[in-house]
Amino acid sequence: MSKTLIRGAKVLGGEPQDVLIDGGTVAEVGTGLSAEGAEVVEAGGKVLLPGLVDLHTHLREPGREDSETVLTGTRAAASGGYTNVFAMANTFPVADTAGVVEQVWRLGQESGYCDVQPIGAVTVGLEGSKLAELGAMHESAAGVTVFSDDGKCVHDAVIMRRALEYVKAFGGVVAQHAQEPRLTEGAQMNEGVVSAELGLGGWPAVAEESIIARDVLLAEHVGSRVHICHLSTAGSVEIVRWAKSRGIDVTAEVTPHHLLLTDELVRSYNPVYKVNPPLRTERDVLALREALADGTIDIVATDHAPHPHEDKDCEWAAAAMGMVGLETALSVVQETMVDTGLLDWAGVADRMSFKPAQIGQATGHGRPVSAGEPANLTLVDTAYRGQVDPAGFASRSRNTPYEGRELPGRVTHTWLRGKATLVDGKLT
Amino acid sequence: MQRHLISAADLTRDDAVLILDTAEEMARVADRPIKKLPTLRGRTVVNLFFEDSTRTRISFEAAEKRLSADVINFTAKGSSVSKGESLKDTAQTLEAMGVDAVVIRHGASGAPYRLATSGWIDAHVINAGDGTHQHPTQALLDAFTMRRRLVGRDAGLGKDLDGRRVTLVGDILHSRVARSNVDLLHTLGAEVTLVAPPTLLPVGVETWPCDVSYDLDSTLTKSDAVMLLRVQRERMNAAFFPTEREYSRRYGLDGDRMAKMPDHAIVMHPGPMVRGMEITAEVADSDRCTAVEQVTNGVSIRMAVLYLLLGGNEPAVTHARTTEEK
Repeated sequence: MSKTLIRGAKVLGGEPQDVLIDGGTVAEVGTGLSAEGAEVVEAGGKVLLPGLVDLHTHLREPGREDSETVLTGTRAAASGGYTNVFAMANTFPVADTAGVVEQVWRLGQESGYCDVQPIGAVTVGLEGSKLAELGAMHESAAGVTVFSDDGKCVHDAVIMRRALEYVKAFGGVVAQHAQEPRLTEGAQMNEGVVSAELGLGGWPAVAEESIIARDVLLAEHVGSRVHICHLSTAGSVEIVRWAKSRGIDVTAEVTPHHLLLTDELVRSYNPVYKVNPPLRTERDVLALREALADGTIDIVATDHAPHPHEDKDCEWAAAAMGMVGLETALSVVQETMVDTGLLDWAGVADRMSFKPAQIGQATGHGRPVSAGEPANLTLVDTAYRGQVDPAGFASRSRNTPYEGRELPGRVTHTWLRGKATLVDGKLT
Repeated sequence: MQRHLISAADLTRDDAVLILDTAEEMARVADRPIKKLPTLRGRTVVNLFFEDSTRTRISFEAAEKRLSADVINFTAKGSSVSKGESLKDTAQTLEAMGVDAVVIRHGASGAPYRLATSGWIDAHVINAGDGTHQHPTQALLDAFTMRRRLVGRDAGLGKDLDGRRVTLVGDILHSRVARSNVDLLHTLGAEVTLVAPPTLLPVGVETWPCDVSYDLDSTLTKSDAVMLLRVQRERMNAAFFPTEREYSRRYGLDGDRMAKMPDHAIVMHPGPMVRGMEITAEVADSDRCTAVEQVTNGVSIRMAVLYLLLGGNEPAVTHARTTEEK
């Protein structure tokens, strides 16, 4: 296989170094490296990170290929610097059997842009009443390690307890979408001053917090580990912080949009801001940033949720919830965490590659940038600033809240096991 | 005036007073043998009703016809909407037919705002009630009724409701009428108090420009107007309050409670009234209850709004009289 020499890259934001890729592996890291016949990429001070890992992506295939396919979704992932994504189970049919998760996994293998690890549903049809065949999904070719009914909450305490207990047999983890269903009936946005004024049904913070509190206690009780999807409130942060201090095996994620946007934007009634959990207040945003910085929140996950134009070009109540995120995640994290001084690039690598790979057991991803490791890498032009133009997205959908917004940073190169999937910002 | 009327909060004090004054002029048309002005002749207005509302639709239709507009009534039931057509497509179809204004009633909060701001259509948009958000013409007709009763029909011209005390009682949480009235009455200088059980008040209500109380009796003695809001019986099943009887005891207006109000104070209701629960027949049928007057005033207010948005800058009736005399 060919060789690539990345010259003058700030590995994890450190001093410029050269990185030699030979085949699918990092062969050498040092200064003044040379290699005959190697393709040379002049990094010129760009930041080199381990390939990003997204623990929470919606690829929509099978069933909603008009929104996204595994191929378009993995192309979007590569554009955003990702080399591994976990595909959520709320497809049609639901990924609740070995057959469906294997289908998604194989499509990922064939795409060649990014590894895809399917997430299996916790309950049959995401209906919350009967456990799906968790073991069969784990033993399938897809090797499922993460289980989630995301989009819906596993709200029955007994079912949640059983799932947490059951996955211990093979080291799995249950990723909970924390949303108490009765407290969020008819919910359209964050419950508070803005929802009261706009007359939109409120999604109260306590609906998230009460489930997280219950689930960390359940995890403690049965001695299992639980992962909390997309934390969105200051109260949720406090509960996770308390649980960790008590020694409970809990991990948590935050989305880029919950680090940047607030419910004030809903005043526009523009459904591009409609998302679940909803955009919260400035106080929540600041608490989430602090928690990501101090490690209370372990990782950034995109909750990339593609929808076709017509599902958003309508009145608020009729619009689908969700926003795309794979191609803008790193820019938003730079804006909210790096440029604010809350996190350095090593911290970004930790929250967007090392830790999500650990939680999801993504073999070969989230590894150090050092000799002998798989060459899953991402090169970022951190000095770049530009307006987001969704017309250039690789995703099949364009439902981004950042259209026209100036954001820093741009992924210029991505390598998946040594093979470039993105070169100078263009997919190969 | 702005191009659209989406929210009572969009109206300045001067805009609102202009509408109320114009409505007084429009009200005089109702006293004529021929209740019609040529003001909107050649203009087409569509009443786009995605939600049932006979009262509001007929009121708008009467206003449009008295101004000589061509009127198209569209109801979602049995239409292409029930076959899955979107608001955008429906609106664009209607505009393609040459509609100048869209009066929209929609179950979704924000639908009229989207229609006015998304670039789907060019027509003027008038909100005839959206979800639990706003119902600006209702607030205007309520303010018009209050001004007439509390300030005086002719004496009120050019005036607002400065210092008047208005109490709104009932399901504030789900009420677009309450939101619109709080906004408009505040703009017009009135002091508003909301009275409801805590379960029927929205989180965040403390930031609204009004007072909040759980106790109706203590507010009655200092109210110039008491407006009762409809409470849907199904709210009881959703645990917003225990029983109809308990609600009625604590928040219903009966003769004894009405007697506590100052002599000049009026009782208002946007309708339809649920007699026996929120208001007794004795109160509803008393001279102090303006419910029927509000309906009449609704036509004048809607004529004024349509005229000011679609017509011209000159005084409506003066201009119309001149035209008629020709």
